[in-house]
Amino acid sequence: MLLREVEYARPSSVDEAVRLLAAHEGARALAGGQTLVNVMKARAASPDVLVDLGRLEDLRSITVSGDTLQLGAMATYTQIMVSSEVDVSRPILAEVAAQIADVQVRNRGTIGGNVCSNDPTNHLPPLLVALGASMTIRGADGDRSVPAEEFFLGVYLTAVGEGELLLSVSVPAAAKAADGFASITIGRDGTCIASAAASLSGSSPRIVLGCVDAVPVLVTPAAADEASVRDAVAGTGLEPPSDVHASADYRRHLAAVCAVRAVHHAADRGR
Amino acid sequence: MEEPARSRAISVEVNGEVYEREVDARRLLVHFIRDDIDLTGTHIGCDTGNCGACTIHLDGQAVKSCMLLAVQADGAKIETVEGLAEDEELTALQQSFSAHHALQCGYCTPGMLMSASALLAQNPRPNEEEVRAAIQGNICRCTGYVNIVEAIVSVGENA
Repeated sequence: MLLREVEYARPSSVDEAVRLLAAHEGARALAGGQTLVNVMKARAASPDVLVDLGRLEDLRSITVSGDTLQLGAMATYTQIMVSSEVDVSRPILAEVAAQIADVQVRNRGTIGGNVCSNDPTNHLPPLLVALGASMTIRGADGDRSVPAEEFFLGVYLTAVGEGELLLSVSVPAAAKAADGFASITIGRDGTCIASAAASLSGSSPRIVLGCVDAVPVLVTPAAADEASVRDAVAGTGLEPPSDVHASADYRRHLAAVCAVRAVHHAADRGR
Repeated sequence: MEEPARSRAISVEVNGEVYEREVDARRLLVHFIRDDIDLTGTHIGCDTGNCGACTIHLDGQAVKSCMLLAVQADGAKIETVEGLAEDEELTALQQSFSAHHALQCGYCTPGMLMSASALLAQNPRPNEEEVRAAIQGNICRCTGYVNIVEAIVSVGENA
């Protein structure tokens, strides 16, 4: 398919990328391109300028310092799956990255692209909210950190503003954390129809639902037993979308099922 | 500072040969491979990133060439299905596809071979489950998966 004409730049430093994004109206960062190139084919997005982050090696690193796991925005799903840093500090990330799409997409797709596209069916937005992650964003005025709970603003809309760039995602390191994830997908490891992430490591359970609203929906039941989880999900008054894969009612039902499964998965992993 | 431009000179090594071309920024890598350098073994099936017929190796990793811009591949080493067989001698994988009747219409075959060869490079003796996971991003619309999976597993068993 022929894309609309577009200008392209390939900065060699993060600051140059930020300057390019700020200098050109209608500029968009190009990470792995596994979403953006496809929406450009469909003309659902038509950026005037693409700023290719492919040469910014600084953004690919995965490091642990103290009690924080830091994932560069350009770290691919494949990198996350095989990273020893992830394995020793928050292994649920590798387990969920392995469920995204297929080998080819995982080789190119990045954590930064996943969260910045904020498609409601994406795996990582609910997971990162459940884990209490934070995002570091660079703009003309320097760096700022945004908690995952405040990062996702709407479908395809995040706290990363015009002229800004997501640098990294930080997650509290906890190798034995009771984290879980469950989804109902179109085919094995396909697009999520409903999903839920859970973290039982904090003082109260955190369950985050995907696919049911424009942004991940945080649910904090009083306890992690099934009745409490179902009550808490019902109490959110979800109005999920209807589509060819699931009616709103069915998706609401699946949200509760996924929440319960994610909590079971989290409890198993925390043992 | 680099200025955005609608086209760019790129240099890529494809199957051991270096190609230097000026390409439009909007040009998909699969079109570059098929139309600019005439390697038509790489197929376009769906053009939406689902079917995997356009799978190639980019710096050793299986990727879908319809979901990459040609300019993004600048400086990369690419292998396409034409690069598998040396001197007309089919690889063990290709021979196994033939022996197991692992192709019907053949349209998905280039992508299947590239996904399978990427798997075998990392894991020379994959079991059935590993093979199925490795070709999950490749669709065979003839639904000939059983023979495809057997062909790939058999390469490992005979290695």
